[in-house]
Amino acid sequence: MAVLTPELREQAEAMKARYPAGRERSAILPLLYLVQSVEGSVTEDGLREVAEILGLRAAEVEAVATFYTMIRLRPTGVHVVNVCTNLSCALRGGHEVHTAAREAADLPPDAEVSKDGAVTVHEEECLGACDAAPVVQVDFANHDRVTPERARELVSALRRGEVPEPSRGVAPRDFRHASRILAGLEDPT
Amino acid sequence: MSQSARIVTAHWGDPGVITVDGYLAGGGYEGLRRALGMTPAEVIDELKASGLRGRGGAGFPTGVKWSFVPQNTGKPTYVVCNFDESEPGTYNNRELIEREPHQLLEGLAIAAYAVQSHTAFIYCRGEFLWPGTVLQRAIAEAYGKGFLGPDVLGSGYNLEVVLHRGAGAYICGEETALLSSLEGFRGQPRLRPPFPAVEGLYESPTLINNVETLCFVPHILRRGAAWFAAIGPEKSPGTKIFSISGKVERPGNYELPMGTPFRVLLEEHAGGVLGGRALKAWTPGGSSTPLLTAEHRDVELDFEAVQAAGSLLGTGAVMVMDETDCIVEATRRMLQFYAHESCGKCTPCREGTWWVSRVLARIENGYGRPQDLELLLDTADNMLFKAFCALADAAASPIQSSLRYFREEYERHVAEHRCPFTGIGPGAVEPERGPDETGSSGPEPSEPALVDLGEVLR
Repeated sequence: MAVLTPELREQAEAMKARYPAGRERSAILPLLYLVQSVEGSVTEDGLREVAEILGLRAAEVEAVATFYTMIRLRPTGVHVVNVCTNLSCALRGGHEVHTAAREAADLPPDAEVSKDGAVTVHEEECLGACDAAPVVQVDFANHDRVTPERARELVSALRRGEVPEPSRGVAPRDFRHASRILAGLEDPT
Repeated sequence: MSQSARIVTAHWGDPGVITVDGYLAGGGYEGLRRALGMTPAEVIDELKASGLRGRGGAGFPTGVKWSFVPQNTGKPTYVVCNFDESEPGTYNNRELIEREPHQLLEGLAIAAYAVQSHTAFIYCRGEFLWPGTVLQRAIAEAYGKGFLGPDVLGSGYNLEVVLHRGAGAYICGEETALLSSLEGFRGQPRLRPPFPAVEGLYESPTLINNVETLCFVPHILRRGAAWFAAIGPEKSPGTKIFSISGKVERPGNYELPMGTPFRVLLEEHAGGVLGGRALKAWTPGGSSTPLLTAEHRDVELDFEAVQAAGSLLGTGAVMVMDETDCIVEATRRMLQFYAHESCGKCTPCREGTWWVSRVLARIENGYGRPQDLELLLDTADNMLFKAFCALADAAASPIQSSLRYFREEYERHVAEHRCPFTGIGPGAVEPERGPDETGSSGPEPSEPALVDLGEVLR
């Protein structure tokens, strides 16, 4: 089944045109972000459609998609909460922040999506903002110096349908919106 | 360092420099104007004379790198800016872009002109959603003002710049993996030679430079090579942004002359160790550079001096640990990162990072055996210089350096069957906290199933 509307298919063609003629395969990540922005993750249908747009086999697209953690090939919450536990964040309490975020999402040990489908909590590697450790990203918008209490507040707010104000920049509305921005289709304002 | 001695961070106090007008008010794009009045060869000579060395980790002379890009090959020449900043502890590229994105675009345009390229890509780390947005807006502004696009500043020179966002893979900061990723493949490194300068993106000549490196370029063109070469040590001229984090009072990006002693960075700029505790260990350039200790307080932060002290300047990302931090746990966490980020192409790296992180976890959890220390060193030795790219070498760094300086601490974990800092393990006296419920800290202490793992390795 088609994932992209005719309008989005047109945009997909424009995304291919960012790259030199004959090198359209370079658009594979932007196109994966595009289908992710529609479905909230990348399904088999999404992989097939990207393959069709680029003239590749679905297996070739899947081989690329599985390499990158920001391309989600499994069910994903409306919002994605990334908690850094790499060294600089760990030294400042990153593990405790991660535990608090998981508790606020009521996640059993093996789960990463809350039962209500509102949030995915993901233990993340260094997010490149170590001066603000511990760092949390909500749909890739940064939250600085997050305490366990603040992590619980963030997750609870997301589960209530609120989008918390980030420390810098603009917050995407949700993970799909973030994917749309990452596809290069929208300037968040 | 006084405000005026700063170069690439000199305008960070002014929120207006995020826009093209703010950037122009501070003399922005004058370097590009000057470059376009010179021949490409003259621009490269200026860079060579400045002595600028790459800030992304390797420290290769920038002008020399530019001169390696062949001309008249019958193929297009590409320039790629590496904005995939992911080395743990490193965060200067992000702040450079968030505050003054045109500084990079000007440096990129000068570099592209010097190697006669008409297409440049900026590979932006996927997680940098906001910095990428800032950059996308700046690119649009620069096109609008004629700094990018057709006929740059009326010179007849054309340059297209494309922002390309990654999708979460540390390895894509390695230049050949970055090129694979940009071409639409898994981000796996390639064998060199051929080097990217000769056969890079789309099998064409390609220049790859880091964000911080390119940010220095406009200033060198504006103020001259001699001015730049006079700053800092002769072999590592100029300033460098040091990103300091972990257990310090004032973590942040500090732009200081190359050769500034670590002690000055720590005490005068970062406000010393957090809470006045004692310094235990630090990385000079991210987790991929061997740890140094309190004994290395006076090491000068430049390429040569840090190497002489037994480590590497890397990205200038200083992560600080104090006397209350467990070195085994810190090493285990660093290896968890490498195990996760290994691309899987080379066996020593793919298998080695995984085995070693498991062995470190059992030592930390109180199930280590006396022979595990040699097992760690043996495995590290089987990773070092045995893979296509430097990720495996990087993973060996914390193992070898932590055992060099803190062997006793490992031995205590093994002898007492617990972590002396957390008290966790079968030899626990009074455990201060339970096992990590998320499972993120490796196997739970109640599960000694991995004890035989080392036997298999042998």
